[in-house]
Amino acid sequence: MKKIGLIVRREYITRVRNKTFLLSTFLLPIMIVLLISGTVALAIKGKTSHRVAVIDQNGYFKDYLKSDSTISFDFGPGIDSLNYTEKNCSAVLIIPLLNEGEKTIVRLKYKKQLGLANIDDLEKRISSAITDHLIFTKTNLTRARLDSIRDDADIAELKTFSDEGKNSRASSQGLSYGIGYACGFLIYLLTFIYGAAVMRGVMEEKTSRVAEVIVSSVKPFPLMLGKIIGIGAVGLTQFILWIGLIVLLAGVAQAFIPHELLTEVNNMQQTNAMTSASSVQSSEAARQIFEVKQSIANTNWLLIIGCFIYYFLGGYLFYASLFAAVGSVVNEDPQEAQSLLLPISMPIIFSFIIMSIAAQDPGGSLSVWASIIPFSSPIVMMARIPYGVPGSVPYWQLLLSMTFLAAGFLFTTWMAGKIYRTGILMYGKKPGWKTMWKWAWKKQ
Amino acid sequence: MSMLEVFHLKKYFATQKAVDDISFKLEQGTIFGLLGPNGAGKTTLIRMITGIFYPDEGNIMLNGKKFNPDNDAHRIGYMPEERGLYKKMKIGEQAIYLAQLKGLSRAEATASVKKWFQRFEMQSWWNKKIEDLSKGMAQKLQFVITVLHEPELIILDEPFSGLDPINANLIKDEIFRLAANGSSIIFSTHRMEQVEEICDHIILINKGQKILDGRISDVKQQFKENLFRITARPLPENLSNNFFDLLTQHDGILTLRIKEGHTPNEVLEYFIGGKSSISDFTELLPSLNEIFIKLVEGTSVSRQFQTIQS
Repeated sequence: MKKIGLIVRREYITRVRNKTFLLSTFLLPIMIVLLISGTVALAIKGKTSHRVAVIDQNGYFKDYLKSDSTISFDFGPGIDSLNYTEKNCSAVLIIPLLNEGEKTIVRLKYKKQLGLANIDDLEKRISSAITDHLIFTKTNLTRARLDSIRDDADIAELKTFSDEGKNSRASSQGLSYGIGYACGFLIYLLTFIYGAAVMRGVMEEKTSRVAEVIVSSVKPFPLMLGKIIGIGAVGLTQFILWIGLIVLLAGVAQAFIPHELLTEVNNMQQTNAMTSASSVQSSEAARQIFEVKQSIANTNWLLIIGCFIYYFLGGYLFYASLFAAVGSVVNEDPQEAQSLLLPISMPIIFSFIIMSIAAQDPGGSLSVWASIIPFSSPIVMMARIPYGVPGSVPYWQLLLSMTFLAAGFLFTTWMAGKIYRTGILMYGKKPGWKTMWKWAWKKQ
Repeated sequence: MSMLEVFHLKKYFATQKAVDDISFKLEQGTIFGLLGPNGAGKTTLIRMITGIFYPDEGNIMLNGKKFNPDNDAHRIGYMPEERGLYKKMKIGEQAIYLAQLKGLSRAEATASVKKWFQRFEMQSWWNKKIEDLSKGMAQKLQFVITVLHEPELIILDEPFSGLDPINANLIKDEIFRLAANGSSIIFSTHRMEQVEEICDHIILINKGQKILDGRISDVKQQFKENLFRITARPLPENLSNNFFDLLTQHDGILTLRIKEGHTPNEVLEYFIGGKSSISDFTELLPSLNEIFIKLVEGTSVSRQFQTIQS
């Protein structure tokens, strides 16, 4: 035990002292923030507006299809399906004569793709144009009247609350999705980063031949365990630093919110609670900040962070020993590791794919089972937990998943330890699967 | 009671009987040569003694008690043939770490490292890394790390390879000093002249089996061929007789083999009777090199793979 402590200490200290640790701790979050804001900025900026030529044989679409920032319509004259590109249009919409109650095909011919979202949008616009047209021709409603009815009707605002028995708390599906996805992604990333670190560490010991010196003092199993625990502790340290960094950045971000806005938000917080936020006279910006604050306050952070740490450690321990086993059987050539890594990385990548489904549909049976089976549970369960425990994730599922994960990593560590024990002192030919399987079940 | 006793040790691998029933004893304070051609099973034998491998069969006794790798690690210092240390770790720190793994407290380890670094004039290396050292320097460091925790049994696999004569002598003197202070040393090498110089006792293994065991002087006696060298002038006129065969003759120096049942005295008398004046008469004992080659030769040079049923 004392020796494991020494090994853990060395692994931890040499890594934390390393410049790359500091760099990755502070650069990774910044890079993620830059990446996200960059893609958002690009998505907003990159929304190109399309000009669509319309050949309408009904003659009324001109009045209903209104140009805006994403799509602008060109009704000619003199436009046909051959010359629309010369008129700077990227597509031409051909609307034949429409008869009521009769399915008719409206064609869109394009030179330049409009994109899926725009096509959806276009279809909605066409169908609401037809609806509006029918309303006007069949009733004697005026256009202004219809518009004002629409405005007056836009009063219901859907808010979601998760039912927790006596009290229900406001929840935000968007935020749950965001947190779930982020947690799942982070566990996926960390499993790979720290798993690979374990593998490299083992390879370093093997290729520098220090393994033989150490193994004459410590048995291979505690050596492997010490390495895994030490590197896991580094991961935990990094995670805690990240949380600190986020809290700090959030504080800094708040300082940039104008003072009046903040007092407005505070007023809302005091007067509100019971009455709806929109009933208080307040600016749109203040309301948005208030809502974000509200949903952040309503998220069970303690549960999420606690579960994150458990699943991060569990998932890491589950896979790290397998990475260590791979590191122990390969020689100098890192190419050799590639083929052996495949069976380890496949389940992790699959978990990631299932996770992105689970973050949207936390109750689906695929999500539920994948969050219980230890191969995928660390990544998938974290995508479900932000939706609420015990609402979306019943206690029995959480408990079962946690138990299986613990049993799973004990099993993989035990099995990988046996491969590691033999592999670390073997030089020469890389063993095949059959040989490794034999090592895993060998008695001594 | 012997410091180390090994009884009928066996270790079979999938394709080789690496160690096949080897027994030997090692007395405290002796320097013990473990010899054998490449692939004879030396490393496997050493790995069992250091607790890295479990033997398939047989026992290892340390000071009369059954060897327990978990508790006895601190009694053994092992310098493997393939040297290895963490390349990126500072030397002082690394030496302390490895000594601690052997069971020393941090304070003990630090004191010991300082003492040894001083003895070997390595103090300036403390904050350097292994990658900054030359091969010979790394070798010296590896030796120091092996003996830092003052083990009772020191196992050195080719300790002099890559060392210049000055550093080799430094290590050699250290080996003698450690043995004089009561440590027992197992010294594994192919370099027979070093064995003759350093070891008290040797065993020779080949193909996993022990083929020779004894004190060097006894082994030489055992393999002597009654060869003598005599320097005499003038030579007797007739050199053919029935108590010795003349093997070589060069400028008054003769090599001869005394026949079975005759003694060196008879040879001397013969020369004296032949009016020769004798300036030198020596028994030619075989060198370990010759014994080694004689014993190992004839068996195939490289070890063949075989299938082991077990």
